[in-house]
Amino acid sequence: MIVNFVRLIVSLLLGIGVAAAAPPSLSPPDDLFKAGTLSPAMPAPELSLAGSDGKPLTLQRFHGKVVLLAFGFSNCGEVCPITLATLAGARKKLGAEAADVQVTYVTVDPERDDAAQMKKFLGSFDPTFVGGVGTRAQLEVAYKNYGISISKKTNADGSYTIGHSSSIYMIDRFGRLRAVMPYGHPVDDFVHDLKILLGT
Amino acid sequence: MKSRSLWIACALVAGALLVALGWAGFTPIETGSREKLFEIPKGTYARRRAGDLVEILPDRIQLTVGLQDVLLIHNLDDVPQTFGPTIMMPGQSFRLPFERAASYQFVCTAHASGQLTIDVAPEPVTPWARIRWRVREWRENHRK
Repeated sequence: MIVNFVRLIVSLLLGIGVAAAAPPSLSPPDDLFKAGTLSPAMPAPELSLAGSDGKPLTLQRFHGKVVLLAFGFSNCGEVCPITLATLAGARKKLGAEAADVQVTYVTVDPERDDAAQMKKFLGSFDPTFVGGVGTRAQLEVAYKNYGISISKKTNADGSYTIGHSSSIYMIDRFGRLRAVMPYGHPVDDFVHDLKILLGT
Repeated sequence: MKSRSLWIACALVAGALLVALGWAGFTPIETGSREKLFEIPKGTYARRRAGDLVEILPDRIQLTVGLQDVLLIHNLDDVPQTFGPTIMMPGQSFRLPFERAASYQFVCTAHASGQLTIDVAPEPVTPWARIRWRVREWRENHRK
């Protein structure tokens, strides 16, 4: 009550001039990433998996390109489709520059996701996306190196779903882990940061 | 006579207070990039393993969107530390900007509870919000 009264008095004394007050309209400089950035940049942990395109999936293979690496699974109903649609949208918006951007999506569900399944799933978003599959042991190495947390929830009917880390790792042309984009950022944020990484 | 002097003094104080409030409420907040630095000291992991529940980071961190508030965490420990979506190697720092006002929960291995909450407040655009922001900033700076 007293607080409200004080607020009222102060507001009245100040003339309730919200419209008159100029807003602090500062926007971040363009050279700053929208994603979280790591400094100094260090080599991204290498992957040693099978690719959904039939070739081995390593980061070395994509040196010279910017790699967007994320983890998910083909039966994911919410997070993965949104993430993949966003990444596909970013590539589309980049136009010709997208040729230097490689999206890799590593499964967190090796029991159901094989190379063919991942190829079909990823291909529905963008045929250039490459999935990563492998044995549980091979995948565990990648999860550990990138700090991926995974939790499996079994339903009453025996089916299951998987909760998993949903950030996107941004790796530069030299194989260095430069930035991590938390889940939920729009296409334009990816385009913004990719342009920095591409040097355009 | 004394009573009159007292009234004048009170009026001056009240006037000064109003001017200060007017400045705090109506002057736009202009800042450069404001990095809120938090450091994970060397030896944190070892101390934890030894059973020392060392508190090195606050439970909650408050940031303000639109004022270029950026969270900066520097890992000075000898081992990798997980913060939110990434692992920071020894000597590495993680800089995370926020553009949406919300309360964010992050996994943080440097924190005793393993969790850290970051409250990102909306941009202070009303006079009252600016006054509150300036008072909070003053208190935080005064605490340091």
